[in-house]
Amino acid sequence: MSMLSFERKYRIRGGTLLGGDLFDFWVGPFYVGFFGVTTALFSIVGIAMILYGAAIGPTWNLWQINIAPPDLAYGLKLAPLREGGLWQVITVCAVGAFSSWALREVEICRKLGIGYHVPIAFSSAILAYVTLEVIRPVLMGAWGHAFPYGIYSHLDWVSNIGYQYLHFHYNPAHIIAVTFFFTTVLGLALHGSLVLSSLNPKKGQVVKGVEHENTFFRDFIGYSVGSLGIHRLGFLLAVNAGVWSAICIVISGPLWTGSWADWYGWWLNLPVWN
Amino acid sequence: MAEYQNLFTRVQVAAPHYHGVPHARRGIWGRHSIGGVSHLLGRLGDAQVGPVYLGTLGVMSLLSGFLAIEIIGLNMWASVNWDPVQFIRQLPWLALEPPAPSYGLSLPPLQDGGWWLMAGFFLTLAILLWWLRTYRLARKLEMGTHVAWAFASAIWLYLVLGFIRPVLMGSWSEAVPFGIFPHLDWTSAFSLRYGNLFYNPFHALSIVFLYGAVLLFAMHAGTILAVSRFGGEREVEQALDRGTAVERAALFWRWTMGFNATIESIHRWAWWCAVLCTLTGGLAILLTGTVVDNWYLWAVEHHVAPAYPQVFPPVVDPATSAGVMP
Repeated sequence: MSMLSFERKYRIRGGTLLGGDLFDFWVGPFYVGFFGVTTALFSIVGIAMILYGAAIGPTWNLWQINIAPPDLAYGLKLAPLREGGLWQVITVCAVGAFSSWALREVEICRKLGIGYHVPIAFSSAILAYVTLEVIRPVLMGAWGHAFPYGIYSHLDWVSNIGYQYLHFHYNPAHIIAVTFFFTTVLGLALHGSLVLSSLNPKKGQVVKGVEHENTFFRDFIGYSVGSLGIHRLGFLLAVNAGVWSAICIVISGPLWTGSWADWYGWWLNLPVWN
Repeated sequence: MAEYQNLFTRVQVAAPHYHGVPHARRGIWGRHSIGGVSHLLGRLGDAQVGPVYLGTLGVMSLLSGFLAIEIIGLNMWASVNWDPVQFIRQLPWLALEPPAPSYGLSLPPLQDGGWWLMAGFFLTLAILLWWLRTYRLARKLEMGTHVAWAFASAIWLYLVLGFIRPVLMGSWSEAVPFGIFPHLDWTSAFSLRYGNLFYNPFHALSIVFLYGAVLLFAMHAGTILAVSRFGGEREVEQALDRGTAVERAALFWRWTMGFNATIESIHRWAWWCAVLCTLTGGLAILLTGTVVDNWYLWAVEHHVAPAYPQVFPPVVDPATSAGVMP
């Protein structure tokens, strides 16, 4: 059995949301559960559809495989498989698989008696995905507004949509999202570094603890958020990066159709300047 | 089971300031008490603010940084004829631009980019002094120097953008201007000039590490918060003497995705993911214009991107009229 030395005493029944005892078992290191089964089903169908889409497409070049959403003419209707229907099936499978994965995480949290922070954080990533592929296309009235599945084709989509609003860097929510992304990386670098520097001093020196970590950061920048606080900060930064990404794209089109650089007119025309 | 979702501190304990682990005092510098206690900060993390240790390097770094910001700010203010209202109103659009391409790498007059060069010099000096301070502070406390080396990776990207690449291209005009919207304009123009940076594989890697770092921090921070009721945030102790917090944290990921890190190794994953973000980002910028002139054509040539039909007639790069070499 692929179990860690201490694992057996944690493998207890219960904590499931659905399915009772029926799927309450492990396969190797993986917990299954009802949502493990749905994750597997959605993933298998989704991946099979991607492979089918690649097979009927013009190329097997990994970078260039592309499964596009239906043409704008289809609106929000179902399209034939070869005309974007595949994309629709894959999207349903993706949303199903991601949500199942999050709910399976909840079941594992319940089993282990720990908080729900990881599935909650994961939900912000799912929110960003659903916003891009479902909410925004529905608000704009056509599946054709969603991004295609393909490594370079989705980058082309990002590029093209950015230039539709002339200068996407000016999108205020995009500015906030990017700031959260960069700050999260900064925070992760600092946190990872600090723990490693406590655990790995010069040869011959003793391992340091929280007093040293706090002292280092107070010496360094005058404030130490603390060993609990840094995880709260990192959690909030990372979740905000996902949430503001969702906001910045959902306002582009449904709320603002012009150049994002022109959005700042209200600021330049505030009455206080006179 | 679900009643304890640790997100904010509800009850704050008032305690005397902790002055920190003592380190050998050298010269005139000691720790300065600043701030005190902040209730709001205490909601999220530690309520204690300060003390701070500045030292010679810290004071010199802050002075250099102040000079740089002063030069940038006064130049921006001068650009609106010293009108304080217009300075605030137009601040996000104001810029201190690098010299024109015709100056190459020579020293331009102050008003033609000389101020930009000087601001860049002092900003770089401030950053390098701050790096030295990061290294020395860690050594003073007999800790590892991991913070300094992670910081060095960010400095690498900064130096590539503002110094190394402009020198390789033979012109300060290649560097990034100071200013909020102006540096965004530069970023867009840079991508357009070199055939869309999305086709630059190192740019792609950098973004993978950027998103990866955010994913990792969400996973790690979420895990530790979830097991904080078992003392999971005491990471160094847990790394050396595993408790039930770490066991549950490890099993969560093992059961979820079949693999788990350890308390020490997750911080190594974190460190590398964050460090590689700016390291590969620096490579992406360094190769652009110096080695590769058009990333789209590069990608087509290497069978990465498909060749799209040309629907518009070729255009002349407008920057060539300002003296930029094609």
